[in-house]
Amino acid sequence: MWSNVLYIDLDTGEHTIRDRADLFDKYLGGTGVATQLLLEECPIGVDPLSPQAPIILSIGPLTALLPCASKAVSMFKSPLTNEMGESHVGGRLAMAMRFAGYDSIVIKGRSDKPSYLSIHDEEVKIKDAASIWDVSSIEVTGQILRNVEPGKGRRSIMRIGEGGVNQVRYANVNVDTYRHFGRLGLGAVFGSKNLKAMVISGTEEIDIPDMSAFKKMYNKLYNSVVDTDVMDKYHDLGTAANISVLNQLKGLPTKNLKQSHFENAESLSGEYFADNLLFRKIACSNCPIGCIHIAMLKTQFHKGHEFEFRNISYDYELIYALGTNLGITLAEDVLRLIDRCERYSLDVLSVGGVLAWATEAYERDLITPSDTLGIALRWGDTDKYLKALDQIVKMPNKFYQALAKGTAVAAAEYGGEDYAINLAGVEIAGYHTGPASIIGQIVGVRHSHLDNGGYSIDQKASSQQLTEEKMVDKIIYEDYWRMVNNSLVCCLFARGVYSEQIMIDSLASVGIIKTRDELEALGKEIFLAKYQFKKQEGFDVGRVKVPSRFYETVSQLGKITPETIDNMLTLYREKTGV
Amino acid sequence: MLACSRINVNSVSLIDSAIDIRTSGGLESAFEIIVCRACHDPPCARACPTGALTPRDGGGVVFNKDLCDGCKACAQACLPGAIHFDRSGLPLICTHCGVCSKFCSHDVLELIKVEVL
Repeated sequence: MWSNVLYIDLDTGEHTIRDRADLFDKYLGGTGVATQLLLEECPIGVDPLSPQAPIILSIGPLTALLPCASKAVSMFKSPLTNEMGESHVGGRLAMAMRFAGYDSIVIKGRSDKPSYLSIHDEEVKIKDAASIWDVSSIEVTGQILRNVEPGKGRRSIMRIGEGGVNQVRYANVNVDTYRHFGRLGLGAVFGSKNLKAMVISGTEEIDIPDMSAFKKMYNKLYNSVVDTDVMDKYHDLGTAANISVLNQLKGLPTKNLKQSHFENAESLSGEYFADNLLFRKIACSNCPIGCIHIAMLKTQFHKGHEFEFRNISYDYELIYALGTNLGITLAEDVLRLIDRCERYSLDVLSVGGVLAWATEAYERDLITPSDTLGIALRWGDTDKYLKALDQIVKMPNKFYQALAKGTAVAAAEYGGEDYAINLAGVEIAGYHTGPASIIGQIVGVRHSHLDNGGYSIDQKASSQQLTEEKMVDKIIYEDYWRMVNNSLVCCLFARGVYSEQIMIDSLASVGIIKTRDELEALGKEIFLAKYQFKKQEGFDVGRVKVPSRFYETVSQLGKITPETIDNMLTLYREKTGV
Repeated sequence: MLACSRINVNSVSLIDSAIDIRTSGGLESAFEIIVCRACHDPPCARACPTGALTPRDGGGVVFNKDLCDGCKACAQACLPGAIHFDRSGLPLICTHCGVCSKFCSHDVLELIKVEVL
């Protein structure tokens, strides 16, 4: 029904639109279609930062139609892991793509000079970005493009900062100031294509086959979203509420996972942020929840009472990565670090992991002041971390070049692999909850805690006495069904609302008839197609090394043993065939 | 915007809405809500050369589609810019039905009854 793919070639400056009903009829949209496009468009073994490597963006059949169907999917080959790259974003992008009439966008090639894409309905232009290429801040880039581009109130603006321009391997793409294609380095891929930004907007009207059935479904979903506890959970304190919860449960990675609780957690808690720093909440388009929490930080930029204020979005993961994991004790300092990552468009989870490893390696004299260019990295020392961040982006020496490639690469060069906290080359999310979290991130298609929610399965294991096999079964169930959810594409914060039956009913309300069995089979098929790509790029789930630190530090479920991990991984591989 | 378009125009569109929400300078700035203010002496009605817009009891205007020739003089007369146009070039006039407020989950929009003096 909606199956337009816009192909853009930055080499030639040309674009075409193709109807790919063959893909959308079968794979729905979002991650399902993007995976097929990646398999079609990405040459095996390609350098992820070469012109041949594609960028794929996709939305789904419910996008901009039903509440919380608010996300867009990106797929690419990751310059951080050299295998499948996938990241999802909220903000305005999904809606802008829908009303511009593009269900997927494929970008290939490399522009011969700095450029940005300007897409407004059927008008697709590659424009000169030479005058903004060196603008380091994503905020200023956004302000400039806002003034020269149309579509006010309906558009989405994606852009990269200096981290993306310099191709830091975990640079992100900023979308609409407060959201990101955060993980796995899409920002570096943009940089490698001389692509600074993309603006998209549209004025299309969407045809719905049965308007009255659609309206009924909308009302039902809207009411269930605003009436359930998701509003409290994600809107009130937001995800930052988890700092206190996980700290108490001993699941909060702290100081490079030396600890799983933080003695100063109270001063970084969601409650502290909300009471003292929060000043605004906003929502992605078409979402009634409004989970985006924005803090206001007043900073002095010059002596003599010269102040500015910064608006900085925060979440649980960010406070873990640049707070507890670096031993930072002040919420205001966490915001300063987040703000610097935002300026450069860097993935906060990777930055936190890299700096935590570097701090411990420095503590153990594995790296020296000559490596760090005199920056004495120390737990809790925000000013030093800010300076190190500047160097990671500029990469003036071998050490910072290594840091810009991620924790796994840096530790392979300098040592300290036992405490290089990564799984499959990806710095971890903020959960040391137990074995399901570790397994979940190892096997997850994008090595994200959101692939299967392993952390939440650990929490269930603690209350329901789950066996290892039961935990594996739950991980697999999530791995498959989240493929369906991410093809629609619904925000995972609303996953409690979008049950199996609601997904079936939602699709039916826009004229797409699928049975439960068909969706389940589809989820598995998409999952395996991703593994096909991962394997062809050299990923082997059996060869992922778990740094010993994961076993040494007590988790929410007590100490985790290598035997448990081995057993669960073996079970997982037997059951899924990966 | 989507609620207005869905319920009043039977459409899924960001254009077919009598209310417009946008930022005043990117998401880091404040939101603007551009909607009919229900004037008691509506300039849009005074500007309408065909009599398609007439003052409504209690404020605002009543729109008679059959009389409209799409000249857009009404939009020029409205300082807040609250007269939006659909795809065919006809104005979308807010009837103050309150549908937008029903789908505002954070109580920013509210439909209230005012006494006419």
